[in-house]
Amino acid sequence: MAAPAIELIGIDKRFGPVHANRNIHLRVEGGTIHGIVGENGAGKSTLMSILYGFYQADAGEIRVNGRPVRIRDSQDAIRLGIGMVHQHFMLVEPFTVLENVMLGVEGGALLARGRARARAELQRLEADYELRVDPDAVVGDLPVGLQQRVEILKALYRGAEILILDEPTGVLTPEEADHLFRILARLRDEGKTVILITHKLREILAITDRVSVMRQGEIVATRETAATGAEELAELMVGRRVLLRVEKGPARPGPVRLGVRDLRVVDAQGVERLRGVSLDVRAGEIVGIAGVSGNGQSELLEAIAGIRAPAAGRIEIAGSAAQGLDPARMRALRLAHVPEDRHRMGLVTRFEARENAVLGYHNDPRYGRGALIDRAAVLAECRRQMESFDVRPPDPFLKVANFSGGNQQKIVLAREIGRDPEVLIVGQPTRGVDVGAIEQIHRRLIALRDAGKAILLVSVELDEIRSLADRILVMFDGRIMGEVPPDTDEARIGLMMAGVAEGAA
Amino acid sequence: MFLDILLVLDSTLRISAPLILACLAGLFAERSGVFDIGLEGKMLAAAFAAAATAAVTGSAWLGLVAALGASVFLAMVHGFACITQRGNQIVSGVAINFIAAGATALLGQAWFGQGGRTPSLSGAAKFQDIRLPGAESLAQLPVAGPIWAELISGHKLLVYLAFLAAPASWWVLHRTRFGMRLRAVGENPAAVDTAGISVAWLRYRALIVCGLLCGLSGAYLSTAQGAGFIPNMSAGKGFIALAALIFAKWRPIQALLACLLFGFLDAVAIRLQGFDWFGLGELPSQAVQALPYLLTVILLAGFIGRAVAPRAGGVPYVKER
Amino acid sequence: MTPLPRWVEYGLMPVLNLALAFLLAGLVVLLIGESPLEAVRHIIYGAFGYGEGIGFTLYYSTNFILTGLAVAVAFHAAQFNIGAEGQAYLGGLGAGLACLALDRHLPWWAILPFAMLGAMVFGMVWGAIPGWLQARRGAHVVITTIMFNFLAASLMGYLIVNHLKVPGNASVQSRTFEPGARLPKLEETMRLLGLDIGGAPLNITFPIALLACLAVWILIWRSKLGYEIRVFGANPTAARYAGIRGVRITVTVMAISGALAGLMAVNPVMGEQNRIFLDIPGGAGFVGIAVALMGRAHPLGIVLAALLFGVLYQGGAELAFEMPSITRDMVVLIQGLAILFAGAMEQLFRPALLQLFAPRGPGRAG
Repeated sequence: MAAPAIELIGIDKRFGPVHANRNIHLRVEGGTIHGIVGENGAGKSTLMSILYGFYQADAGEIRVNGRPVRIRDSQDAIRLGIGMVHQHFMLVEPFTVLENVMLGVEGGALLARGRARARAELQRLEADYELRVDPDAVVGDLPVGLQQRVEILKALYRGAEILILDEPTGVLTPEEADHLFRILARLRDEGKTVILITHKLREILAITDRVSVMRQGEIVATRETAATGAEELAELMVGRRVLLRVEKGPARPGPVRLGVRDLRVVDAQGVERLRGVSLDVRAGEIVGIAGVSGNGQSELLEAIAGIRAPAAGRIEIAGSAAQGLDPARMRALRLAHVPEDRHRMGLVTRFEARENAVLGYHNDPRYGRGALIDRAAVLAECRRQMESFDVRPPDPFLKVANFSGGNQQKIVLAREIGRDPEVLIVGQPTRGVDVGAIEQIHRRLIALRDAGKAILLVSVELDEIRSLADRILVMFDGRIMGEVPPDTDEARIGLMMAGVAEGAA
Repeated sequence: MFLDILLVLDSTLRISAPLILACLAGLFAERSGVFDIGLEGKMLAAAFAAAATAAVTGSAWLGLVAALGASVFLAMVHGFACITQRGNQIVSGVAINFIAAGATALLGQAWFGQGGRTPSLSGAAKFQDIRLPGAESLAQLPVAGPIWAELISGHKLLVYLAFLAAPASWWVLHRTRFGMRLRAVGENPAAVDTAGISVAWLRYRALIVCGLLCGLSGAYLSTAQGAGFIPNMSAGKGFIALAALIFAKWRPIQALLACLLFGFLDAVAIRLQGFDWFGLGELPSQAVQALPYLLTVILLAGFIGRAVAPRAGGVPYVKER
Repeated sequence: MTPLPRWVEYGLMPVLNLALAFLLAGLVVLLIGESPLEAVRHIIYGAFGYGEGIGFTLYYSTNFILTGLAVAVAFHAAQFNIGAEGQAYLGGLGAGLACLALDRHLPWWAILPFAMLGAMVFGMVWGAIPGWLQARRGAHVVITTIMFNFLAASLMGYLIVNHLKVPGNASVQSRTFEPGARLPKLEETMRLLGLDIGGAPLNITFPIALLACLAVWILIWRSKLGYEIRVFGANPTAARYAGIRGVRITVTVMAISGALAGLMAVNPVMGEQNRIFLDIPGGAGFVGIAVALMGRAHPLGIVLAALLFGVLYQGGAELAFEMPSITRDMVVLIQGLAILFAGAMEQLFRPALLQLFAPRGPGRAG
């Protein structure tokens, strides 16, 4: 039997206190598609970055085609025939496709000769693998699907025999994803080895030959794809049988608290990201928005929160028109917002916890009348929030950056929920949060619902939506594809998330 | 009148030359993603090094070597601060300007005792005008003769070098591997890093080029245009070059044109001192002096086109997870 | 970034950075062929050795406190104001015009508020325009403030030469103010402390600068506006989420910054020269950058850093007198080195210090 294309033996990596990879053993056979699944933060990307020379492992050995190797930088990896398509594309946007492909392998100090060679090689690759891209197009003008193709071309142009793709479908439309899978199958058939990193089980089952599951920095199992199923993999990923079922009674919906009518949002590049979204959220219910990330969910949240001005449409909060208001006035209407990305938006991580406890509410007279801040009141508020959400350590003077992800999220939730809002909009409430905190956060959201508040929940975790929401709206390409009850078959929701229309909104 | 115009254009070339060199220096730095507001300081240090060395050795060429050395040294300090230490590029640039201003005047006084000036240079210690062939014989021709003799011929070597440097820079940026990588690293260093190219070394090399060009520019000030060093003789030219760089939207040929424009404004301002504008009074020379800065602000504000800096400019590169 | 103990982060590290700057400056002195220790002795004596020296030291410090505060306030909103020099220059115009208009009618204490207002308003305008251009038009504030320094120099040159200059007088400056617009020196007050400051121009602007420190401290750490400024500076996206309007903050902060820089001009215009003259700030705007960086944008640090530069300026004059081969340009060099090591290379010693003072125990949660 031939030596495996890649073999990792005892790979270990720490980032300060975070143990990102623990004693990893992995065999990837040549000429196969090997999937690596795991939740966000399970250590998949770190492992692949080590393989690509972006990081050095603290311990362990890497073998390529049976030979022990040292990969100190990307150049080493490239020499060993390893190519990588990063989750965030590594492209130079003002450059043409040709220039991007050539970068790093120009073939001489002058460009002219290399350029001709690259052009010819691109034509060959296009013919061989169905990888059609205009070599003279400026990359920044291409849609993401084609940009990804450029990344694959870059790897192949460098002679990659082993291709690593990190969450390649996160930004793709379903058609683009299908095309990508066809390309990957073609690559495998030509004898290349593909490593596919994803947190989406469907993709693993659809395309891989073998799959390894990562959890909290470890590889917990490797299976033949044909011999396993979604249930087993999910269980391995999460680490226990019960998939986040939350105890909850039936909803008792009251009057409409949040109304959105025909909302349109155009981004800075002039692309319409929301194409007429309408929805209602009633008091005492959780409405979940399901969808592949990047289909307009972020824009929807930000438009409702007043962060992004809508191009058209109406937003009503408790019956009063609210479109075009700024976030401060939205808060005055008792709308609370837990943003999708707490580091980027929800917190000032350089500040102490107490200053984060009033972010967005700092002009509330409770924290000081007049121009000055009443620091005692802010401190008391922070202590109260920390106690009610069991934030650990309960130290208002600790910088937020020094709390764990789960506790950071609790700080945000405590701030937003603690003020007894009428409407709560929540994005990715448990992203990067440890399991214990997830349960607690879910219970708090249910409790808020039972207290008669209206909650709009956006999450890319379908399980989360299904276990929390009372109604599910599926979003695709800036539109609501339809509404389904939470016990709907996952496959059916998946189809709607992929843009196959079903039912009227 | 024709001769007046010729003389203004002639001094435009002389005034523009150091601007072009400094502007291209900034271009190499900033296209690689390292902001450099220390052009002024590097010019000044180079001017001093050139004049001091030339004064002692009597050789303008040794002076030029010293100028290049001093300027590249400061560029490397900037590189160490911004690339290796990942410090603030603006702060580092400001620091270099002061270090140069302080050190040149201080050492000038300590070494030569003439109030910070170097001794006046002459002969081989100074770059001489180059008479292009035929300047004498063709001078009698109408129009073309004076243009050749007065305008084109009779400049210092560094002037010709400056005008060649712009197309050469364009060629390097767009036709060589180094240039392509340099442009790439200024836009997306992560792409360069994952392509197996060292971001730091690439940026250091860009700063070496920057240092060399600033060195030429400074040497021109003290050993070609002038005859010796005077404290603060760069007098804001490094900042005008920076303005021209923005005005040129970080492109070499446009940089040449922008520097010519700013040089022309300066030349006109000198020429028009005391000139009565059709009985409306004298145009204050300060207004013309201020024009490059004003134009740059207006351009930056997007009122005439848009100046978009290299995307990764000003940001130290840190590998991200 | 791994945390260091507070005293290392805010005490030892800046001191080490500064020490390195002085070490290099000392090497330059050696290179010139003089003794660095001797030079330090002259500086210290010049700055502290006698009453007049102390007076001058504090006079210079006054300028640097105000320009340091100006740069620091902008820092808190992540704006880099390199234009304090130009703003102070314009501030000098504002103060000077108030004096020229009122000096024949009012006593100094009645003119001072107008002069301060004039200085602050003119400086404010010169700072707010780049702020607005940054916030609304995306023009980088670093570049525009540099440009505005040159624009200020051109404008002031024009105004002084063509409008303010006394006809027939060779010097390029306005007429000298009547005694009404001259600030009293702090001679008497200092005499109570047992100091004879002699002819030093130390005046009431010094306590005003200290009050400005207090005001800035309250603004940044105790007021709602200051909270908004710091949130915007630390995380502009979070600021937007929190309903903090970036345009408003940027313009406001640059206006405050410009006003503080402008205020500085009262010191030389009313306290020393008693006229509008060329290059009023005399580089103090740039020293403010070094002061703000070294003082870590905190008023207390700024006072200390400004004192240090006051010492260098005054002591440097003494040094130049005692050691003619070391001119006052030494101070500019030290200023540059201080900016380099306390600013651009402030992390230089962190790896070594981390080895020494790595935090132990459960400093982290989760």
